[in-house]
Amino acid sequence: MARSLPIARPPLLDEALGPGGPIVVFDQVHLSFDDKVILRDVSFTLRTGHTKIFLGASGAGKSTILRLILGLLKPDAGQIFVNGEQVDNMSEDDLMGVRHDLGMVFQEGALFDSLSVRENVGYKLFEELNWKPAEANQRVEEVLGFIGLAEFIDRRPSELSGGQRRRVAIARAMAAKPRILLYDEPTTGLDPITSITVDDEILKLRDLEGVSSILVTHQLRDAFYVAEHTANRNGGEVTFERASPEKSDEAEFIMLRDGGIAFEGNAGELRAVAARDPYIQAFLS
Amino acid sequence: MPRAVEWIKAALLEVQEYVRMLAKTGRGVVTRPFYYRDVVFQFDAIGVGSLTVVLLTGTFTGMVLALQSGITLDQFGARSMVGRLVSASIVKELGPVLTGLMVAGRVGSGIAAELGSMMVTDQIAALRALGTDPIRKLVVPRILAGLIMVPVLTIISSAVGMVGGWIVTFGVLRVASSVYWNSVVQGLYIQDVWMGLIKPFFLGFAIVSIGCHVGLRTKGGTQGVGRATTNAVVASSVAVIAVDYFVTQLLITLMY
Repeated sequence: MARSLPIARPPLLDEALGPGGPIVVFDQVHLSFDDKVILRDVSFTLRTGHTKIFLGASGAGKSTILRLILGLLKPDAGQIFVNGEQVDNMSEDDLMGVRHDLGMVFQEGALFDSLSVRENVGYKLFEELNWKPAEANQRVEEVLGFIGLAEFIDRRPSELSGGQRRRVAIARAMAAKPRILLYDEPTTGLDPITSITVDDEILKLRDLEGVSSILVTHQLRDAFYVAEHTANRNGGEVTFERASPEKSDEAEFIMLRDGGIAFEGNAGELRAVAARDPYIQAFLS
Repeated sequence: MPRAVEWIKAALLEVQEYVRMLAKTGRGVVTRPFYYRDVVFQFDAIGVGSLTVVLLTGTFTGMVLALQSGITLDQFGARSMVGRLVSASIVKELGPVLTGLMVAGRVGSGIAAELGSMMVTDQIAALRALGTDPIRKLVVPRILAGLIMVPVLTIISSAVGMVGGWIVTFGVLRVASSVYWNSVVQGLYIQDVWMGLIKPFFLGFAIVSIGCHVGLRTKGGTQGVGRATTNAVVASSVAVIAVDYFVTQLLITLMY
């Protein structure tokens, strides 16, 4: 029998963090390296099933936010809550539990090049959750089928193209069915066609699996595509269409500038602000 | 002056991080999770993988030692004593140290390069994100393998060194086999054997822990990986010689 996924939460917490609940919360988070301020009083809330899209120039602290959520970095001040647990002062051992409900797609994929695609995608199932090999293999095949790379299961990451590696990275992040997925520049350096296939994976996970997502990017095309489209399942087929205004309001943009939040709002508001603010306008054009 | 202060601060930071890594490793050995398969894999990679190079260095060291001491001993008409010199120097010093240096070159550099490139390509961060402690998964198996396999390699190296010595003594110096092997046994005291067995534990630990530490502190892209590899080989080779001296000093105080 297949294991129950995702990992169980206490019932009260599960209710509190149901649809629309605050699944990731940043409260006045401050971080600096030596004298350089990376984040200054950053606060935001990601609601269950929604999407946050972080925009900003290189070095604006976008990727740092993802690393803070994972607990790979610790803030100098402020509080961070993930899945109802405060992670900013948690020990590495306790963080391992929190990370079981998080999936991260690293820039360039960060696949383990000593392992095959199967071992990469099933890494957490085989090594950390100690699934039976048959169950884990079944899940790996299911996930690779989902992203359309089933025939590459026994390849090495070095034998894949850049876009395929990115999609395998998404497969690895989603294999253990985390409730939250973090994407660090998933489409940077990919051609527009491949970028759309990656974006579609993000939509499928969000709209069909109910995953809450945080997307860090400076590819505006992809940011708006993810915000303004939705995935639907009609029978066995998945289709992508323009989202209703209410649905696209569930995707919020945050623009970071000099460590602070320069803008926060939906796609329409971002376009409106761009008309007034020269910096955002320069960024969007 | 500020540069000297900066340098001292950086050096102290390295020491602090090294000690922290060792403390975490110690905890990783005695608590779960424990990655058995990686341990077995590293025993094979570090132990079996280094066998060829250790066999070759061991044999040739024994051979050249027999040649050189043959010339010196001839001045005293004591060619039959070659075995004593070969066995004493190989078992006490050359076996452990040369094995250590070979493993430092082969394994220390490999570990630093592997962990270093995992570091700069975010694979270490990915491991942590997937809920795996890189110390338990990567460092503990390597250090255990170094700790156990370097002594094993040293025993093999010393043994083939004495065989190499025999080849030269018998074939070139024309000394009878029985005379050589008798002399080998006479040259060895039980303390020497203990010394030859205890030292490689320290050397193996030093080589692998330095390789892991340098690898995990790599930054600066592929250039950084190159730098880390060089640093690991240099630091672990120097450590082999230095640790050898201090452990020898300690063991002499304790045993002789």
